[in-house]
Amino acid sequence: MVCGVNGGLPGMSVLNEATGQFEGMDADYCRAIAAAVLGDPDAVQYAPLTADQRATAIQGGEVDVIFRNTTNTLSRDSAWGDFGPTIFYDGQGMMVPAALGVSTLEELAGATICVTSGTTTELNLTDQMAFRGIEFTPVVAAEIDTVYGTYAEGRCDAVTSDKSQLLGRRTALANPADHIILDVTMSKEPLAPVVATGDNQWADIVTWVVNATIEAEEQGITDENVGDFAGSDNPAVQRLLGETGDLGAALGLSNDFVVDVVSAVGNYGQIWDRAFGPDSPLALSREGTLNALWTDGGLMYSPPFR
Amino acid sequence: MADEPNGTPNGSSGTSVPFWRDVRVLAIVSQFVFLAIVLLIGSYLLNNLITNMETKGFAPHLGWLDLRAGYTISESVISYTPDDTYARALLVGLLNTLMVSVVGIFLATVIGLIVGIARLSTNWLVSKIALAYVELFRNTPVLVQLLVIYFVVFLQMPKVKESIELPLDMYLSQRGFVMPRPEVAPDGAIWFVFVIIGIAAAGTLWFLAGRREAAGQPTHGLRWFAFAAALGLPILGWFLIPGGPLEFENPELGAFNLQGGLRFTPEFLALTVTLALFTAAFIAEIIRGGIQSVGKGQLEAARTIGLTEGEVLRLVILPQALRVIIPPLTSQYLNLIKNSSLAFAVGYADVFNVSRTVSEQTGQPVAVIIIVMAVYLIISLITSVIMNFYNRAVQIHER
Repeated sequence: MVCGVNGGLPGMSVLNEATGQFEGMDADYCRAIAAAVLGDPDAVQYAPLTADQRATAIQGGEVDVIFRNTTNTLSRDSAWGDFGPTIFYDGQGMMVPAALGVSTLEELAGATICVTSGTTTELNLTDQMAFRGIEFTPVVAAEIDTVYGTYAEGRCDAVTSDKSQLLGRRTALANPADHIILDVTMSKEPLAPVVATGDNQWADIVTWVVNATIEAEEQGITDENVGDFAGSDNPAVQRLLGETGDLGAALGLSNDFVVDVVSAVGNYGQIWDRAFGPDSPLALSREGTLNALWTDGGLMYSPPFR
Repeated sequence: MADEPNGTPNGSSGTSVPFWRDVRVLAIVSQFVFLAIVLLIGSYLLNNLITNMETKGFAPHLGWLDLRAGYTISESVISYTPDDTYARALLVGLLNTLMVSVVGIFLATVIGLIVGIARLSTNWLVSKIALAYVELFRNTPVLVQLLVIYFVVFLQMPKVKESIELPLDMYLSQRGFVMPRPEVAPDGAIWFVFVIIGIAAAGTLWFLAGRREAAGQPTHGLRWFAFAAALGLPILGWFLIPGGPLEFENPELGAFNLQGGLRFTPEFLALTVTLALFTAAFIAEIIRGGIQSVGKGQLEAARTIGLTEGEVLRLVILPQALRVIIPPLTSQYLNLIKNSSLAFAVGYADVFNVSRTVSEQTGQPVAVIIIVMAVYLIISLITSVIMNFYNRAVQIHER
């Protein structure tokens, strides 16, 4: 299975040089799909894509699915392919050197701002600044490493992107503490997978593998205890794990595909913690954010498995 | 028709050869068969592409050209706002490509000429430095050179608030090169009349000098008068107009950047300088080869009949060297234009870089890439036509 990823973004998908594996939330979902479909989470070929290569890659069938911190929008949904469920609720932020002494967007009037080409951030930046009447000069590059490389050299006064990306790339800067992320959210950025139009079964598989990880967290099923849930009395768990019914077969998968998925990558909460949690380099707190489960006041909610 | 036994067996009037063995018929038929096969394969592929894209709902069309682009472009020679159309965004990219190409070709030619002549210098040091330059720039990939020149040279300049101050209110920093922006003063238009008259006078004098020379008459320094007219009249006009013909908007340090003035971004500078240096290495070798192609005997003969060194160069070497230089030089110019698409690596807004965003936003990659290919094709063909005209002008005119 060929999975389009970012490849240069800590937290989402980045190469771990020690293990030679891609790590992060996007990479984990590539493995989850492979586990569900092929029974082997390692049967993934990662295809690193720049932002402006995504549309062509999915339309041309070069990749089977895109998990590349991609914002779901109406125009993309109609022009590129079909979006799956949101795996990360993000918003656009602005990172500046702490030494600049800036805390609001208005103070950035006249500044030079680095941004990645072919992204929703590029458009939001233009809209937001025009709306607020702030003049700025953009420096637009296609490669994510060029964007943050030029920012690090001081070519730009600020860099803008999804907050998860700013946090992830901040860990890769020489002195992460020297850079602050402004307390403004410029847009809604629901990050979701994309598949090509025309294969409804495949789109359903991607959707329900993502849902399965969320449902598993809600039911308290992790990669460690998934075996203990065999023979559970809870009918919802029985259906989820394929002990009753034939939900997996309806998707063209084995009935216990959720067991394969959870054994391979864990539930949504575990994926999140590995990528962004307190023990990760990003050290984010999930509590109280949109990415918490709906039972905890967040937006992560799986439709029923039945 | 009856065959004549004593007729020539393969003669043009021979009717004994059936048409399927007649080479002339076969030649034409085989061309048609080949053309038909090419057209068939081509139309099959095109039909395949369009049918498949239609089933998926991505059929290429041009309806997006006059939609609002909605994004900013870092630099533009014409006015551009996010409210302009995709067509205008592509035009901005095209003009940026042309700007890099024109400046790059000019610089590459000048550097190539100097290095090419230096390669032939009898001074050991000069010729070896030129050789080292050629080998270094010719044998490393141009993309690597671009990234090195961008990140290691231009982005390592001082921060904008510590800009290097050059004379005449010019500044150099990692945000680029800023200089006063010239604007025509209210009554400055008269100055251009002086410029035009100066150029016209110079052209006439130069032409007269050529006529006298061809007729074997002394030129009385007419060529020098031509130079004096070309330079002198504009200078004279400059001082005659009160306050000068041009006004300058000087750059001033704002909160973040130098505001105002004429700005050249480090992306533009890095791309132009890289393309110029890379292409100049090839041009230098072409020029060296051209000069060396003129026989040594001709040089000696020219000196023997008493021509000065300048005349030897102008009348004997250059006319013959140019014939050898122009065709490969044209290829180098075309290479430079096409290599300018490497702009995406440093984020310079050339036509290819702009088109990537356009294709991503419109979901029309096939239509956009066809437009971009057409643009490069047209620029290259125009360059070829101009160079071919020049080439024809310097070739031997047989009488």
